[in-house]
Amino acid sequence: MRVPILKLHNYLLVSIQIELDDQTAMKFQEDLLGKIHDTGASGVVIDLTSVEVVDSFIAKVFGDVVSMADLMGAKVVFTGVQPAVSMTLIELGIYLKEVPTALDLEQGIIKLRQELEEK
Amino acid sequence: MKGTLSSVVIKQEWDIVGARQAGRQVSQDLGFGSVDQARIATAISELARNIYLYTEEGEITFEEVRDIPKVGLKIIAQDQGPGIKDLSAVMRDGYSTSGGLGAGLPGVKRLMDHFDLESDENGTKVTAIKWAR
Repeated sequence: MRVPILKLHNYLLVSIQIELDDQTAMKFQEDLLGKIHDTGASGVVIDLTSVEVVDSFIAKVFGDVVSMADLMGAKVVFTGVQPAVSMTLIELGIYLKEVPTALDLEQGIIKLRQELEEK
Repeated sequence: MKGTLSSVVIKQEWDIVGARQAGRQVSQDLGFGSVDQARIATAISELARNIYLYTEEGEITFEEVRDIPKVGLKIIAQDQGPGIKDLSAVMRDGYSTSGGLGAGLPGVKRLMDHFDLESDENGTKVTAIKWAR
């Protein structure tokens, strides 16, 4: 299983609609960085509206992908984090403070624009 | 009154997903709300990953527990692995021997209502209970 990555102008859009196992998450990380490289995208929005469980491993993969993309010069914003996911992560002790987030896809794009303009 | 609802063998990486899906189903059947279902599924994921990372094979068993009028879900994660050498270290946030975030066991303890960890050279057993509200 693979997570589809769509290109829209200068951005990449991802909506995670499948149950992420460790392998799929790692593969996604690699695919996304490859796609950033191939397309020269400057920003990425990853929508988590359909994701019901984020455990410590998946959280680490998400946090890492932000840092990795940042190294390449692209900004990543996560959107649509469900209330249950947010509560569970904080109770787990995972704060993901370095990870930019926005309420939904629309806000995510706005946030990306702001972040990219600030550079 | 209590009974075993189901159990999942953890041997391959994909079994982690299988275990948390089974746990989500069981918690839904017992009437847990969506946030508690996410807590339970996440806790199971952490326990299953520990079995996968540190042992050859283990098993996660789900039991229904009753303390009238409360209904709860008991999760037992058991393996015959090498055991945990430093029990107090693994309960510390940020401690990991595998490059992870070190959120696993202390996180599971916070997500659940009851948490018990036993470990010796013959294996490890984690028992955790969540009560439905």
